[in-house]
Amino acid sequence: MSTDTATKTTQPSVGDYLRRNIREYGLLVALVVIMIFFQVITQGVLFRPVNITNLVLQNSFIVIMALGMLLIIVAGHIDLSVGSIVAFIGAISAIMLVKWGMPAIIVVPLCIFVGALMGAAQGYWVAYQKIPSFIVTLAGMLVFRGMTYVVLGGRPVGPFPKDFQILSTGFVPDFLSLTDPATSLIKNYFALLVVILLVGYAIYAGLRERRMNALHETENEPFAFFAVQMAIISAVAIFLGFQLSTYRGLPNVLVVMGLLIALYTFVTTRTTIGRRIYAMGGNEKAAKLSGINTERLTFYTFVNMGALAALAGMIIAARLNSATPKAGVGFELDVIAACFIGGASASGGVGKITGAVIGAFIMGVMNNGMSIMGIGIDYQQLIKGLVLLAAVFFDVYNKNKG
Amino acid sequence: MSKTLLEMRGITKTFPGVKALDNVNLKVREGEIHALVGENGAGKSTLMKVLSGVYPAGSYEGDIHFDGEVRRFSTISDSEHLGIIIIHQELALVPLLSIAENIFLGNEVATNGVIDWKLAFRRTQELLDKVGLREPPGTLITDIGVGKQQLVEIAKALSKKVRLLILDEPTASLNEKDSDALLKLLMEFRSQGMTSIIISHKLNEIKKVADQITILRDGGTVETLDCHHEDISEDRIIKGMVGREMEDRYPPREPKIGETLLEVKNWNVFHQHHRDRQFLHDVSFAVRAGEVVGIAGLMGAGRTETAMSLFGRSWGHKITGDVFMRGKPVDVSTIPKAIEAGLAYVTEDRKQLGLVLIDNIMHNTTLANLGGVSKATVIDNRQEAKVASGYRQKLRIRSHSIYQEAVNLSGGNQQKVVLSKWLFTNPEVLILDEPTRGIDVGAKFEIYTIINQLAAEGKGILMISSEMPELLGTCDRIYVMNEGRIVAELSKAEASQESIMRAIMRSGEKH
Repeated sequence: MSTDTATKTTQPSVGDYLRRNIREYGLLVALVVIMIFFQVITQGVLFRPVNITNLVLQNSFIVIMALGMLLIIVAGHIDLSVGSIVAFIGAISAIMLVKWGMPAIIVVPLCIFVGALMGAAQGYWVAYQKIPSFIVTLAGMLVFRGMTYVVLGGRPVGPFPKDFQILSTGFVPDFLSLTDPATSLIKNYFALLVVILLVGYAIYAGLRERRMNALHETENEPFAFFAVQMAIISAVAIFLGFQLSTYRGLPNVLVVMGLLIALYTFVTTRTTIGRRIYAMGGNEKAAKLSGINTERLTFYTFVNMGALAALAGMIIAARLNSATPKAGVGFELDVIAACFIGGASASGGVGKITGAVIGAFIMGVMNNGMSIMGIGIDYQQLIKGLVLLAAVFFDVYNKNKG
Repeated sequence: MSKTLLEMRGITKTFPGVKALDNVNLKVREGEIHALVGENGAGKSTLMKVLSGVYPAGSYEGDIHFDGEVRRFSTISDSEHLGIIIIHQELALVPLLSIAENIFLGNEVATNGVIDWKLAFRRTQELLDKVGLREPPGTLITDIGVGKQQLVEIAKALSKKVRLLILDEPTASLNEKDSDALLKLLMEFRSQGMTSIIISHKLNEIKKVADQITILRDGGTVETLDCHHEDISEDRIIKGMVGREMEDRYPPREPKIGETLLEVKNWNVFHQHHRDRQFLHDVSFAVRAGEVVGIAGLMGAGRTETAMSLFGRSWGHKITGDVFMRGKPVDVSTIPKAIEAGLAYVTEDRKQLGLVLIDNIMHNTTLANLGGVSKATVIDNRQEAKVASGYRQKLRIRSHSIYQEAVNLSGGNQQKVVLSKWLFTNPEVLILDEPTRGIDVGAKFEIYTIINQLAAEGKGILMISSEMPELLGTCDRIYVMNEGRIVAELSKAEASQESIMRAIMRSGEKH
């Protein structure tokens, strides 16, 4: 180890970098391996356009909730109530849309607001009354589930009006219409174009960032890693984009999910709010003594979680085309598992949005792949449980060794 | 009385970057009270951890002879098995269990896992009689005071057939009456033939009970004094503890003292947990620009509590009093407001309260002033790196980059990161609470140099320290606190270890 403070050593060695970031690369590699494994074993069914579309629709709400859950876990808490919030929001949206005939344009924001209030109701006890979040949200889980039964009177409500259903089952129309969709392989050029543009932008932005970092002598990941990572991500994205474009194009949900992922990645990595949440989770007392209003910050992470759970609740209701009292049962566990598979630490302060998203997709691909293979729900649960344990063991093992 | 029970020979213990013990020798005779003294960081606790097996055999150099044989302890239970029992400063009792349950914790009076409560209570009663504690064995620990808890710890040690009882600062948190009782008990045990080692800062107590005194300084043995051959004065002990040339340890400084920056008047604070107990009484003090002001006092005098209650009411309740910055009253009722007013507080416990250990140097540096590296809440990465690199160079933080995690830094460098964080908030007055605790002599010198630089830049420094030589070496003025009050204000010329101790003792007599 160098003790010379005058020399600036901003470029880490490759081995050093790999050691520090093995979790992230490992995760990405694991996702790709799992995808290829199921692609082979299902004889190509996994990546069929219609299945990819299904995969996105089935997992979007888990991913969306994982964004909020990651912040909660990084802050050092947990939220067990999200499955019940999903059910309750589904229920009240059904009452408002189906029974009262309110327009979707009003119901959607209203429901998100109600979800935020439900988060706030729990955040208050956690942040200001210092009750452990496990207990508060366990109570919330029961209370909100009970409220769902009360609102629905124990019976499913549906079907939803068309303008609400498109939230979940709609696709972005092909603005280009280059060929006749009936005869051509590619049925939605717009989707393909969007994906290619995004990949292009990601490469451009990544390169620009590296150049700026080099100019200002800040840390860069070794170029080989950058290149390989970019190549894998680009290849997968373009392949998936192509497959989607041969079916019905980009699902609306995918767009919403993509925008949210981008937003939360930005918030966690680039803003003071994100930084403060990580600091609070890493050492709450030190954060507080550094002038961070830890109570308010905790409160808002729960408000945020409630709002995202509400959005997920509406997507699920729209997809099932009915609100049932049993909607979202056990979702909180999938969401939490996604975060932990994605590298979040149960003791707080550690975890990344990208990790949680990849974690959610690992779970999603496994669910989907095993269903195609005809593996029963019993073994699916068993295998998912072992994967969670293995992922966390990998973390702990790395930490102890480092 | 002359047989040697314990001999530690040539003990050397190294931590990454610090040599905590360097060839230390300790010889304890059977049936005596042996005092171990030295400044904070001299190595007393480390030595006792080596003895008890907290640091297992092999992690240090040197030999331990106990009862005539070389011993190699790899766990605490190895040493306890031979009757070496340590009572730590922070008592290791379970608050919500009874006295009897605590005494036999891990050593239950049980057959096949079923506890014989009758027998346990009877034995507890016998032990409590021995230590003179009149409480029923079923009383919960949380319901008795610290003094009595200390006695429970001793009773627990007696239950384990103790041969060598080690007490780490046993009277630090006791009042005079409880302290006296405890010391009498130790002397009684001695008359029954028990051997004990007592670690203490209270030299008057040591003088009262010790047969021999071993003095440690900077990780080495200075000398062992025999109290029966000569009359050992407190000054004699202090000379051994301090012993070195003061000029070498503290960088020189020409104070340029300006206007009054911080002034606190009639600061009254009630205890955080015991809410009807007033902890700080009418504390008033001032810090001027370019001045280094010290607060001296024993543990529990209320120094840290003064700082923390002042800094955004982080401690205590029912806080009253006035705070002025440059003569204008300011609101310091929350931490952001205190920072806004120009205060910074470097905590005594940098790992628990100062740093986010799992985060890197850069993130720790900017934590208290994220606004300074961001626009509309978006952090400018490059600006942040520039700031962190700047402080890394200015304070000479030894690390391979600003992206190194704080947990991997040495104590001195961690402290510099905490200092960076607070300097970046651009404070007018820095409160430094034990800024050199647990860091080695070289790093201490660097911290003093930084303090001098800050004073030269016109900042006011309020320094809390338990190391009197440090206060004497760096401060322009020293307040002495005792039992929640400021009991003396000494100029640099008036201040000495004797005058500080005298002020503390005299105030103790008054109340």
